[in-house]
Amino acid sequence: MELTINGSTHQVDVEPDTPLLWVLRDTLGMTGTKYGCGVAQCGACTVLIDGQATRSCVTTVDSVGGMAITTIEAIEQDAEGRKVVEAWVANQVPQCGYCQSGQVMAATALLKQTPQPTDDDIAGAMVNLCRCGTYNAISAAVRQAAQA
Amino acid sequence: MNDMTPIRDGRSTRGEDGPLNISRRGFLGAAATLVLSVTVPVGRARAQAATAVAPGTRVNAFLEIRPDSTVLFRSAFIEGGQGVFTAMAQIVGEELDVDPSQFVVEGAPPGPDYLLTGGGRFTGGSMSVRMSYETMRKLGASARHMLLQAAAERLGVPMSELSTEPGRVVHAASGQAIPYGEIADAATELPVPNDVVLRPSNSFRWIGKPVARLDVREKSTGRAQYAIDLKIDGVLHAAVQHSPRLGGEPGKLANEAEVQAMPGVHSIHRLPGAVAVLADSWWRARRAVEALQVTWTEPAAGTPHAMPADFSSEAHKEMLKSTSGDGVVFEEHGNPVGEFADAARVIEGTYDAPYLVHGQLEPPSAIARWNEDGTLELWIPNQAPEMFQADAAKVAGIEPDNVIIHSPMLGGFFGRHFLYQTANPFPQAILLAKAAGRPVKLIWSREEEFLRDTLRPMGAVRFRAGLDAAGLPVALDAVAVGEGPTGRWFGRQPDKVDSSAVEGIAGKVYAIPNRRVGQVHVDDPAIIGFWRSVGHSMNDFFYETFFDEMADAGGQDPYELRRRLLADSPRHSNLLQAVADLSGGWKRGPFTAEDGTRRARGVAMASPFGSEVATIAEVSLRDGGVVVHDVWVAIDPGSIVNPAIIEAQVNSAVALGLSSALLEEVVYVDGMPQARNFDGYPILPPDRMPRVHVRIVESGAPMGGIGEPGLPGVPPAVVNAASVLTGQRIRSLPLSKLDLKGIEG
Repeated sequence: MELTINGSTHQVDVEPDTPLLWVLRDTLGMTGTKYGCGVAQCGACTVLIDGQATRSCVTTVDSVGGMAITTIEAIEQDAEGRKVVEAWVANQVPQCGYCQSGQVMAATALLKQTPQPTDDDIAGAMVNLCRCGTYNAISAAVRQAAQA
Repeated sequence: MNDMTPIRDGRSTRGEDGPLNISRRGFLGAAATLVLSVTVPVGRARAQAATAVAPGTRVNAFLEIRPDSTVLFRSAFIEGGQGVFTAMAQIVGEELDVDPSQFVVEGAPPGPDYLLTGGGRFTGGSMSVRMSYETMRKLGASARHMLLQAAAERLGVPMSELSTEPGRVVHAASGQAIPYGEIADAATELPVPNDVVLRPSNSFRWIGKPVARLDVREKSTGRAQYAIDLKIDGVLHAAVQHSPRLGGEPGKLANEAEVQAMPGVHSIHRLPGAVAVLADSWWRARRAVEALQVTWTEPAAGTPHAMPADFSSEAHKEMLKSTSGDGVVFEEHGNPVGEFADAARVIEGTYDAPYLVHGQLEPPSAIARWNEDGTLELWIPNQAPEMFQADAAKVAGIEPDNVIIHSPMLGGFFGRHFLYQTANPFPQAILLAKAAGRPVKLIWSREEEFLRDTLRPMGAVRFRAGLDAAGLPVALDAVAVGEGPTGRWFGRQPDKVDSSAVEGIAGKVYAIPNRRVGQVHVDDPAIIGFWRSVGHSMNDFFYETFFDEMADAGGQDPYELRRRLLADSPRHSNLLQAVADLSGGWKRGPFTAEDGTRRARGVAMASPFGSEVATIAEVSLRDGGVVVHDVWVAIDPGSIVNPAIIEAQVNSAVALGLSSALLEEVVYVDGMPQARNFDGYPILPPDRMPRVHVRIVESGAPMGGIGEPGLPGVPPAVVNAASVLTGQRIRSLPLSKLDLKGIEG
């Protein structure tokens, strides 16, 4: 099976219904994308599929062949991604940090689709869980990234 | 490790010794532990070191100044989001004269140098900074002194003519400057000063300032590595299926051959209370182990903590609430019994709070590798490396000194990663690595984590208050019923109260002349553990909410009554005033907000972990539920290291406290938890996060904790506000159990 991840193609030999998350983490060694719940509840595994924020823990690998997969490893090669990362640093968003790969990916997808999001847009897109409760810092960082 | 755990003064363990430099090997190059291990057998070295080392004094156990003058610092405390690595860099950097941004901080290995928590070592109890502050300053100052001495020798000038600027020694008279990196090696050959002068606090550059966290960019780009992310050559991936009820053992495996034939499967194993599959990827291991059809045996008689097949959390709660008796007294002032007879009015209320999981987002994992030299190497999320080392040695049947522990950054902990029998995956990883003859990386799925996480205990408290003719409380009696985690894990004396069961109803500062706090111990059938703010997480809810019941019964405003009963305590009066000011002045409501919603405010005080906290929450009701709009927190930790991290920790504690107040509850039916993932156990989502406003008050009192104290005031402040709107007392959490439809207006 051929996957296009961060602009490179990868051949992987796995069962077709394997979640993309585990292909990234175990087969390809890209551990920036996190396992949190495995049932699309928390969003720690968020990646971009053709620019859309997608929960890779419930996305089977055979469903994304030929699509452009972007992970946190390439976030700083992306124009919106760079803005998001800088806003995350400026707002000192992360605490434990475990959910933040997914949060950054969700914010990047939002800004790609809605460069000037309203507070409602932000609330609608930034739905990933954070057990450290960094939600206010996340909202502030998304607003700042949109203005950058 | 709860608030009231007796902690010896850290300084007493250090004695009169100044910093030592036993190995005479430097800040540069090999660490002291490695030096010792190549010269003498590891076991002997460790034993000798244990008697010789005063914790926190050997400069080279902590600091390595690199040729580029950056600093590698080994922290006694584990980073899990609370910002302790940054705090250590600020404290040591201030005295060493190195900008904290030039620090690289990592968790220290086990060893006698790092026993900075009352003679032991753990990251918890909101103790890290307050227990090590003086010691770490002295360590940084000692290192700076040695660098000055080395520079004096190199330049041939008296030390008194030298000073430092961040990262370098300066000789003002000649205009020369030497970067630390150039003299670090020479400095280590010098004797360590017996005493050092610490920098006066009014000249601090980094302590007390909102210094940027050291780990934020790594954590914003996916580069931070947690235990679950680590890779080891030749590893086999492991997944487990646990007995649905603790104490059951694997019996017949109906389809072992089919599972063995599944893709990537290496082997199938029986473990105590679980079955495991090793495979070439974790997903394949998980799929295989969950396909295994296991018959679980009933627990053998006498199995410790076996979960009863009929255990129901609801029935347990009702039993706790209806258990009578005054229990063992923990705190007593005046004559509460006599006073009740004379009281104009007596009111009573019984409160309860449910079991909670930790819900840290990184699922537990463990990597175990048996090395050719007979040592066992473990990479494990943990809050107490030496305790894990000792326990791993028992599991492995080897000496503790032959167990090498790596303690990676934690993807959240909140009390999850203490040493808890049956709740840590590392014993399974050790056994599996031994059986397979290969390194093993074990991850517990979220579902297995929900099954085996330790729980915040369920608790119930019976209150009785006597009011005088003016409506003021003159007597208060509180009886906590249940079990605390400190007694569970560190031994309980039957004739004594476990402080972790009563902290938050005991230790209150209100001037109620006659009061008594007691505990009736009832064994908790669940495996209970420490959860952020421990007993305070529910006891301050019980007490501060009942306080409003007392106020209402006596016709007093709850804020004014608190002011009155704190009048003789300036620290608490000031803090209460500070939170009122922060919120724009106290108003209870109900009132109508600008958006037309009907709102109310509640207030609560708490004295957790050496800090003082006052909290106000503003709520409304919508769609049958409670909406929290704003939370104002005034916190007095005495003195501080990083105000930005404090504000972040208060935000975090508000989120977790609110999550517990609104949503969280572990329900057991037939001895099994009903929720096995976040779909059945909702935690606070972003759209329920209130605005959080923080004011830090530095009273100059002894330094208190930061990680936990922001939490306990949140549930009572929210519930007190909600009760104003509902017109009814709320004595049980979470609020999501209540149907408030029809009440909002």
